[in-house]
Amino acid sequence: MNLAVQLGPLRLQNPVTVASGTFGYGVEYARLLDLNQLGAVTVKGICLKPVRGNPTPRTAEVASGLLNAIGLQGPGVDGFLRQYWPFLRQLRVPTIINIWGTTIEEYAEVARRFDEVEGVGALELNVSCPNIKEGGAQFGTDCRLLGRVVAACRRVTRLPLITKLSPNVTSIVPYARVAAEEGSDALSIMNSYPALAIDIETRRPRLGNGVGGLTGPCIKPIAVKLVYDAACTVRIPIIGMGGIQNAADAIEFLLAGATAVAVGTANFYAPRTALEVLEGLQAYMHRHGVADVRDLIGRVEMPGKFENGSALGEGSVRGASGLGPSADTRGGNLLGSSMPSGATSG
Amino acid sequence: MLAQPMKDESAEIIVNRPEVGLYHLLMLRAPGIAPLVAPGQFVHLRIWPCADALLRRPFSVYRVEGDCLSILYKVVGKGTAALARMPPGEHVAALGPLGHGFSLPCAGGGMPILVAGGYGVAALYLLAERSPVRGILFQGGRRKEDILCEPDFRALGWEVRVATEDGSWGTRGLVTDLLREELRSGGRGAKLYACGPTGMLRAVAQLAEEYGLPAELSLDERMCCGMGVCLTCVVPVRTDTGWEYQRACTEGPVFDARQLLWEVPS
Repeated sequence: MNLAVQLGPLRLQNPVTVASGTFGYGVEYARLLDLNQLGAVTVKGICLKPVRGNPTPRTAEVASGLLNAIGLQGPGVDGFLRQYWPFLRQLRVPTIINIWGTTIEEYAEVARRFDEVEGVGALELNVSCPNIKEGGAQFGTDCRLLGRVVAACRRVTRLPLITKLSPNVTSIVPYARVAAEEGSDALSIMNSYPALAIDIETRRPRLGNGVGGLTGPCIKPIAVKLVYDAACTVRIPIIGMGGIQNAADAIEFLLAGATAVAVGTANFYAPRTALEVLEGLQAYMHRHGVADVRDLIGRVEMPGKFENGSALGEGSVRGASGLGPSADTRGGNLLGSSMPSGATSG
Repeated sequence: MLAQPMKDESAEIIVNRPEVGLYHLLMLRAPGIAPLVAPGQFVHLRIWPCADALLRRPFSVYRVEGDCLSILYKVVGKGTAALARMPPGEHVAALGPLGHGFSLPCAGGGMPILVAGGYGVAALYLLAERSPVRGILFQGGRRKEDILCEPDFRALGWEVRVATEDGSWGTRGLVTDLLREELRSGGRGAKLYACGPTGMLRAVAQLAEEYGLPAELSLDERMCCGMGVCLTCVVPVRTDTGWEYQRACTEGPVFDARQLLWEVPS
């Protein structure tokens, strides 16, 4: 049974990772599960300098979901490299480092800093965090800016680049397209959805920041649709995420066109979810006689044609042709001998 | 880097019964967690029958007996309401032990003073039990029904002084008024340990400063993951260079009173 997938030049031993911001820096969860069983570890967003984050309360539980406005609290590049990288780099699975900035130059500078670090699996560009005043979502909801951020990072690093898209757009299609055109190796879909919860007794927002981002099971169908839309448009692989609680949720994303999946909010209440997804995925493949997980990618059978006119089978065609290990020659050529050790292990 | 051990296990409910008023006692068989619990630590429970309460709920460990641990909880929302309906024999997912707890008083050291507000007293029981030195528990609540476990502490050899706001048990007034009297009269107390509502904790911190006593305070913050990842439960803490947010679930819930800022500096 093959579980390995390619995210551009980055090979994952299986398609299950975790969503940035829900897994700390990996080390916290190492007490409960073997991180080397994951496809990759994805860490919380890092920018140049340490960030204090938003005032409390920072999260609010809502029906089948979680609203958050943490404000990207973090140690900055130097703090991350000092405190967390020594642990992460000795893992046998790749680390995907989520990065962000408040200007295009800052994004590029963070990308450049990590390009100098040996062993990084990939960089995930966070252009879609709704909870910081500058940067974040503004880059993810302006196609022109998005293109410039991706291009600026592409210029300074040979690491695989994953662009994490915002759901807060009329159509994700142009964003997926521009991210691919400017050199993204893969897409992450989706970030949290902007949302508001109000305490009716105090008439104040339930978050210190006012508004926040909605995650958890309640956003899953939205995320599956966005993955499907993007998969019909671009040929680069997609990491699907949004409300995954179990293998069935994850398989929906794969069928919609995702090459890999990330477990997010569930890590907060069921820390073993990612490994349970992996076990459940294997059981599903066994039950359905699927020998290669890549044969699930994009295999939803949609009635009629897509809104953008693509043929019904395109998702499947893409799944079969665009994702094999040899499909992305650019990544292979570029990385050559500098391929991070974590990225090639299986 | 790897912090203290913790376990995620399915814990069987042994006892789940109302104590007094809205307070309930829950005893769980949690063989992976119970033996590891230190005073002031907590467990994070996932209450399965409540489908739209996604998150776990944090509870201070009250007692430990062999493979079992107990918590005292108050029904305050949908999660705890669902928990109160669960019969013995059912299971909850339990993660723990979590957090940085109280430091144990030294044998031969000064007398410890415990200060509890409402069911905050639960977080102090293990400390009282395992402390090599006995001392005084100051216990407060709105009314008599909020004074829990008083006989348990007496049975351990602790003196207990009670204040209720309505005067229905012990002295009428705030528990911190009782504490102030004790400190003013030059009592033998050497260190304060407190758990209760934020207002009470702030008053204890102020008294500690006034009388030059060290104090360890257990904060009751809103939590989400409980294991240091989500950064929900942060509180502003003084540092050498200014201040930073620290996690009540990891650096806390017990903090040195002198570290705590209470408000975010403007």
